[in-house]
Amino acid sequence: MLNFSLSDDQIALRDMVRKFVQQEIIPTAAKFDESGEFPREILNKAWEAGLMNIAVPEKFGGLGLGVLGDVIINEEMGAGCLGMTTSIAVNTLGLYPILLGGTEAQIEEFVVPFLSSPKLASFCLTEAGSGSDAGSLSTMAKEDGDFFILNGSKMWITNAGHADLFTVFCTTNKELRTKGIICLAVPANLPGISLGKHENKLGQRCSDTRSITFENVRVPKKNLIGKMGEGFKIAMRTLDRTRTPIAAGAVGAARAAMNYSKNYAKERKQFGQPIANFQAIQFMLADMAVKIETARLLCYNAAWLIDNGQDEQGGYFSALAKRHSADMAMEVATDAVQIYGGYGYTKEYPVEKIMRDVKLVQIYEGTSQIQRVVIARHLLKD
Amino acid sequence: MNIIALIKQVPDTETKVRITSDKKNIETNDIKWVINPYDEFAIEEALKTKERLKEGTVTVVTVGPDRTVEALRTAVAMGADNAVHVKTEGTLDTYLVSRALAEVCKKENGQIIFTGKQAIDDDQAATFGYVAELLNYPSATVIVKCDISADKTKATLEQEGDSGAKNIIETSLPAVVGVNKGINTPRYASLPGIMKAKKKEIKTYSLADLGLGSEGCKTVDSDYQLPPERAAGKKITGDASTQAKELVRLLREESKVI
Repeated sequence: MLNFSLSDDQIALRDMVRKFVQQEIIPTAAKFDESGEFPREILNKAWEAGLMNIAVPEKFGGLGLGVLGDVIINEEMGAGCLGMTTSIAVNTLGLYPILLGGTEAQIEEFVVPFLSSPKLASFCLTEAGSGSDAGSLSTMAKEDGDFFILNGSKMWITNAGHADLFTVFCTTNKELRTKGIICLAVPANLPGISLGKHENKLGQRCSDTRSITFENVRVPKKNLIGKMGEGFKIAMRTLDRTRTPIAAGAVGAARAAMNYSKNYAKERKQFGQPIANFQAIQFMLADMAVKIETARLLCYNAAWLIDNGQDEQGGYFSALAKRHSADMAMEVATDAVQIYGGYGYTKEYPVEKIMRDVKLVQIYEGTSQIQRVVIARHLLKD
Repeated sequence: MNIIALIKQVPDTETKVRITSDKKNIETNDIKWVINPYDEFAIEEALKTKERLKEGTVTVVTVGPDRTVEALRTAVAMGADNAVHVKTEGTLDTYLVSRALAEVCKKENGQIIFTGKQAIDDDQAATFGYVAELLNYPSATVIVKCDISADKTKATLEQEGDSGAKNIIETSLPAVVGVNKGINTPRYASLPGIMKAKKKEIKTYSLADLGLGSEGCKTVDSDYQLPPERAAGKKITGDASTQAKELVRLLREESKVI
């Protein structure tokens, strides 16, 4: 039984997000890209429209929409602005550790408030010295009575400057490597937290990216998500669920790049005819379509597996989806700029921004190289 | 207070219109249908009115084939409490549609009835007037502001005139109000709203249920024609002073703008 159609709900969701993107994101994307300003107002509108925190289960008052819901939302938003997509989607990344590893009481305390006001959560895993090798992180949590004393720094933390809650991965014993890692829910107002400056990035410029430093931050022990030593597993299970929506954002961006360059190719005339008449252009467009359609199928497949409880196969497919979507989006965006020629290289046209924005998808939430490592490990495991 | 929004499903503004071979209709196969944008303002105003009064029920009503239920569900997803569908087949004229809408307004005991000042497909701008006339209610259109009195017996309406002129109208209730762009910014059908809307029961009537079984249309669309193709532009040649002279002559004599 194979069925490629979206349900009526999913179609309604897609159409609603598409309208939101047309009205709120596309008209403002270039402005926020130029200024690097944080699009707080748009995040608030996205929250009001119910586009954030959709993974929160129904029994806690959420929608419990699962990964496919996020995939549909992110593809549409990615077609508008990947920077905003990242900032809007990162709540899911920040809250999943609690949804996956937390107790009901912890979900009530830390997650449910996100449903009644537009709060933001940040996921704090990466450090200056630990990126792809996440297990080598060195932010320390030392037990002290009813508290953990948190010390260390995190890098490239999305929305850090505006977050109300951090989910922080830290270690109680670095020698234990991944087995020493724990996850803490850290409210942003605890004393001892300081933020770095907003990074001036190549692309996705409006999403807030900062370093964050914890200096003797006293975190109550009741904020421990999962058991001691379970942090790394929680981080990986979270990333298995967010990797695919991130890939879908790239699919959306690539789709936009293809549509822009397709329309341009029909209008732009050289040698007395629209450049869309030339096979050199047609082949680029055709290849774009193949790449985008295959990437979307991988995303849907990965989301379906995870939503149907097949975590291991889903993790593998999410790596396939992320590797292919990120790399193909970079290729598609580069070709889109090529079709536009000199005009495409200027900020007068939207494709150079897409090219700058999608570059990051090859890097964040697991580089394309790490995805290959995951894929190869799966292939070679027996 | 019973607040009603009358809505129509229309082709998306980006639709490429094609005419059927008998010229009596447009091809509807590939059309993406949306709520008439002016009716979206009507839905929003109905919801805002309920919020301002802190009480009331918002009912959305449409007349049309099965596909129009989708428009009702979108309105429910935006926050409407109830939806009524008058299920019809084939093309109805404004008169018959308005008869049906008026009957539903009576059944629902509507105290204030909002609708768009016009639909963007046929641009007749007639429904608000027909419905008001059939119900014998006062009506006003091109309204950009609507305040209901505390005792809910009156409404103060702001009507937009030419070049920024304003007309303030006071009307008794019930009344029919045709709303214009600018009255509000319609909210999005929220995601939780969409999930809720799909479970919402929609009240359905046939024309016969409304006592209109024997009614026919008074007008029939007989011959649709596409607008003539735009003629090619005119290129003025010669040196700069010849071109300028020719341009002035054309602007004066042909287009008569100077």
